[in-house]
Amino acid sequence: MTLERKTRLIGLYLFLGFIACIFVLPIIFMVMSSFKPDLQLLSDSSSLRAFLPVGDIGVDNYRDAFSRAPVGLFIFNSVFITATTLVLSLFLASIAAFSFVFIEWRGKSVVLAIIIATYILPFETVAVPLLLLVNNLPWLSTEGVTWGWLNSYQVQIVPWIIRALEIFLFVQYFRDLPRDLVESARVEGASWFQVYRRVVMPLSGPVIATVAILKFLEMYNNQFIWPIMVVQEEGLRPIMVGLLYFFQLNTAWGEIMAYLTIITVPVLAFYLVLQRAFIASIASTGVKG
Amino acid sequence: MASRLTQQNRAGWLMAGPAFLLIAVFLIIPFFMAIGFSFTNQRLVSPNPTEWVGTANYERLFGIAVLTLEAERDDEGAVRTKDGEPVFPSLRSYTRNKDDYPEYYRKRAWFSFGRGDDRRTFVLATDVVFLKAVRNTLFFVVVVAPLQAAAALGLALLINRKVRGINIFRTIYFMPVVISMVVVSMLWRFIYDGQNGLLNTVLDLLTFGWFEPVDWLGQTSTALPSIMAMSIWQGVGFHMIIWLSGLQTIPASLYEAARIEGASRWQTFRYVTWPGLRNTAILVMIIITMQAFTLYPQIAVMTGGGPLDSTQSIVFQMVERGYGKQDISGGSTISVFLFLFVLSISLLQRWLTREK
Repeated sequence: MTLERKTRLIGLYLFLGFIACIFVLPIIFMVMSSFKPDLQLLSDSSSLRAFLPVGDIGVDNYRDAFSRAPVGLFIFNSVFITATTLVLSLFLASIAAFSFVFIEWRGKSVVLAIIIATYILPFETVAVPLLLLVNNLPWLSTEGVTWGWLNSYQVQIVPWIIRALEIFLFVQYFRDLPRDLVESARVEGASWFQVYRRVVMPLSGPVIATVAILKFLEMYNNQFIWPIMVVQEEGLRPIMVGLLYFFQLNTAWGEIMAYLTIITVPVLAFYLVLQRAFIASIASTGVKG
Repeated sequence: MASRLTQQNRAGWLMAGPAFLLIAVFLIIPFFMAIGFSFTNQRLVSPNPTEWVGTANYERLFGIAVLTLEAERDDEGAVRTKDGEPVFPSLRSYTRNKDDYPEYYRKRAWFSFGRGDDRRTFVLATDVVFLKAVRNTLFFVVVVAPLQAAAALGLALLINRKVRGINIFRTIYFMPVVISMVVVSMLWRFIYDGQNGLLNTVLDLLTFGWFEPVDWLGQTSTALPSIMAMSIWQGVGFHMIIWLSGLQTIPASLYEAARIEGASRWQTFRYVTWPGLRNTAILVMIIITMQAFTLYPQIAVMTGGGPLDSTQSIVFQMVERGYGKQDISGGSTISVFLFLFVLSISLLQRWLTREK
């Protein structure tokens, strides 16, 4: 390697590293601060100590955050809402896409076109009328039929189950599968549901991972505006809305950083372990062009 | 044969039906409800029956009037001044006088500009806060969309090379994308803090003490730009990945040919890379624009629309009215407006970048 090439390579790494600092330092700061008492947190932020685990390190902030707010309940709510939506979404989107790709049925091109058209409908544009709609929907429970979905789990789950993108991703993937497999299974007498379950879904690992990751990020990270609108009862609120709890006090930054760290670290860990799948799922949203 | 067709119809509808029903009930029906409500005075709960009000909601949002006033003069005819500025008649005499000036009635000053020493033009609006929200959102979109797309392309080009350890950098640049915008907004509230903020510290260190601390979110001139910078920080990795997958569809043989022809780096980018990224560019711009138009969590967590309405956004106003004031019709009117905006922008982008 020539000297010139070597210096250019070093320059490249320095530049890459500088940019990496911009992205990673705020996150490091968040985690480090969560272990520091408020006074030290504030004084450390005027020097590079802000990024280092120095001084009076401890888990007091975490203990205080848990006693300040029902953090465990918020976590449970988010995990429950996310998991339920995820499972229902994967099932309903994939089985719908299966019928669009492999079965000839009357009206399917119209239905598919309508579904794809809703892609340009951001949720925000329907949130307000949906608030009125869900306030008047029936629900069947052990107490019989009740009216109005406000303050419930289902109001946070059912409207979010299906989006056009998920069906579209499954349709794209199924179109590239060999049709012979489906044909021959049908000839051997398998029902459509058996073909879906035994032939197509076992081949669909990559697209299942993609949809699951996108849905996970949408449900775990981005549930904020809607639960604020429809859930006033704190015991049912998800983790992001739980953050509002920490607005009331005169900003105890240590506790806030602890809460942010609790929310974020599982997602980051998930991402670091499955980063190939995460990046592939984001890239696959790019097939739409 | 007939029975097979019916059987297929039944299987098809059974399998696609639930998904279609959910989309119809929770997206399509509310969308048409929004259009309907925007012509009524619907509220979430109200003792009075809902009435049809025509376009009154739209008129209230977009009611604008222009008023030019002459400065007051004293008895000798000289312009009366106070603190060196000419004095104008009170606007209230126009906006509170329904009989003589119905066109100005109940409007408030949005902004004004001087015309010479003794005349000043006032732009009055019925709903000043909403118009500020529209202006801020447009400003946000116009700045963030190109900047974020360009920064993402820069990062994609930077990491689209085969050197050791490049994947580590890709992993790091993408990291903020998996963090919730709500979390990011809260974290950056501290970073932007005027007294103990991390950004002031870093700028102070980088300039060896020359930098004067700024209360980034506390003043009208820096609040929205600060939110823009943070939004780009969070989202740029997402679009970097989309650019990157676009870059990888460009055949290596084209680069080989450019090398043989002796093309410079810029020429290679201009004539090989950029034309190959055409569809990716459309997609990236559409995704960023759609995301930017629905600006909400940053505002709700960081500023609540302030200071002095300088960070109001369309969606923030929509939630304030539709949920906060339970004014379903008012919120729906904003929703319809937002949808028309998103639709026209994505149509415009498709048209601008159409195949020639």
